[in-house]
Amino acid sequence: MSQFVSMLAYGLADGAILALAALGFVLIYKATSVINFAQGEFLLVGAYMFYTAFVVLRLPLLLAVVVGVVVATVIGVLVERLILRPMIGESPISIIMVTIGLSSLLRALVQMFYGTSVKPMPKILPTGSVDILGATVPLNRLLVIVVAAVVLTAFTIFFRRSRHGIAMRAVADDQQAAMTMGISVRRIFAMAWALAGVSALIAGVLLADISAVDQNLAAFGLLVFPVVILGGLDSVPGTIVGGIIIGLLKQGTAVYWEPGLATVVPYVVLVLILLVKPYGLFGETRIERV
Amino acid sequence: MTATGIHHRSYVSELRLRATRAEYVRLALMGVLLVVVPFVLDNYWMSIANTILIAVIGAVGLNILVGYTGQISLGQGGFLAVGAYTSVILSDRMGLPTPLSIAFAVVFTAVIGTFFGLPGLRLKGLYLAIATLASQQIIEFLIRRDIGDFLTGGLGYINVERFSFLGFQVGGRDVFERQWYVILAILAILAVMAGRNLFRTGLGRSFMAVRDQDIAAEAIGVNLTRAKLTAFAVSSGFVGLAGALTAHYSEVVSWEKFTLEVSILYLAMIIVGGLGSIAGSVYGAIFMTLLPVVIRNVANALDSVVPFLGDQLPAVQNATFGLVIILFLIIEPRGLNRLWERIKEFFRFWPFRY
Repeated sequence: MSQFVSMLAYGLADGAILALAALGFVLIYKATSVINFAQGEFLLVGAYMFYTAFVVLRLPLLLAVVVGVVVATVIGVLVERLILRPMIGESPISIIMVTIGLSSLLRALVQMFYGTSVKPMPKILPTGSVDILGATVPLNRLLVIVVAAVVLTAFTIFFRRSRHGIAMRAVADDQQAAMTMGISVRRIFAMAWALAGVSALIAGVLLADISAVDQNLAAFGLLVFPVVILGGLDSVPGTIVGGIIIGLLKQGTAVYWEPGLATVVPYVVLVLILLVKPYGLFGETRIERV
Repeated sequence: MTATGIHHRSYVSELRLRATRAEYVRLALMGVLLVVVPFVLDNYWMSIANTILIAVIGAVGLNILVGYTGQISLGQGGFLAVGAYTSVILSDRMGLPTPLSIAFAVVFTAVIGTFFGLPGLRLKGLYLAIATLASQQIIEFLIRRDIGDFLTGGLGYINVERFSFLGFQVGGRDVFERQWYVILAILAILAVMAGRNLFRTGLGRSFMAVRDQDIAAEAIGVNLTRAKLTAFAVSSGFVGLAGALTAHYSEVVSWEKFTLEVSILYLAMIIVGGLGSIAGSVYGAIFMTLLPVVIRNVANALDSVVPFLGDQLPAVQNATFGLVIILFLIIEPRGLNRLWERIKEFFRFWPFRY
């Protein structure tokens, strides 16, 4: 039982971070139909920006978060403006490749300026542990779940209630109709990238806090694919459910089966989902005969 | 080539590989270049030339699938691994003659490629890209761990015996690169010729029809299932050959050579060279193989002026790699091949713009 509870805590924490990373991915896909292979690098860049503000510049925590958010927004907008906008109308191969090129560039830039060693960062979340049903669960994992839940709820409310959120959904639904209603599609594209940058920043900082600030943060990015395929490529609730399922599955495999297998199980699930139900749990089914 | 373009007066002339005298001149020049290379380059540059030749075979294979048939594959690294391990196991463990084991590796990789092409029957575009990404991760995981341990006997790598063929064995240090150059050059030429000729046949044309409009292709009688699966098989066959050659040439096989980065490198080659062009695959293979070498030499040369470049060499190489992909896609999405055509057109029409 205690093993199960701690597996649940670790899995949910992983899943919550995955959901945040996947949220940015889905936002970009929904609004601009770009598959962003650089999502992991967004996490990486976000974590390093926060590290720079918090540790190198010694800003107070709250200010560091604000600086991180601003920088993430700027990077997101710049990427959209400089790299993705000229690519509008190109084939999916080209768009996929341009984001792969971007991921290589971002990772190399981080390596250039920060080196490959692990950066020491004081833990933001408390490091103690609590006893739940006989299991010792680290407090920071629980807080990761709480923070991610708050952020995801905030994003959901933003999409449901705010003017910009509704405009984003309108653009995702039908670009031309949105345009005729006076919505600036360009601004929505920029906003999608900026929000993706911010959600990746939060995911990156949380992940860095429970693991370490180093290049491996980017490896988390590829795990976004099983999550979004499981949840449905264009579904925001899907990312949350998908993230939690993949997170639990990873931890479950590690605890009950074999730790090494945890890295590959998500991809096996991905292939199975693609074969059985390619649009995932919540994805919009587009009927297209191939 | 005339100023108004090439005008075919018969189907026979249209089917010809080369239509103008300039193209024969270019062919002759390339032949001379291939012959001269081993006489002028030292061993270090010969090894790079050999790497390029292997990359040419792999890039032609990938271009058949991605550029000509329009099926995105991020699984190139995995297929290279299949070719490499199959060939090495057959030749070194089972004692098959090396050329035979390479041939068998080609066939086996084609079969595996067809299997992983099955999702391509239901999936298109980005879904297929993600599916092949997953197959890359799964193959990589398998050769890293259980199967890899079984194949390598727990070492993590296999040392490969020196390449030999009908009593002939590749020699030691001073002739090693040059003898391999001959073998690889012949195979690369064959691969390029096969690739070029494939698209003069009905099968090759059906690949292009699938790429351009799959539903229309089906309507005019192209068997989509057959075309897609054959494309996967043919392409994986080339890739398997490249993998097997990598193994025998470098004389060691380990999983690090077949990661997702390798898949991306090959995709970069065909993007930079030109999607849907065999000549482009060759240009791209040359360009992307030389890029890190050139950067290293530039960094060494500028060491006293900009020590930063030399200190951060891997990062600089990776950043340039990413930047090159992005710039090519934004500025010239059809790659070096198209760039070369544009240069030719500029001079042909000069002083007019077009």
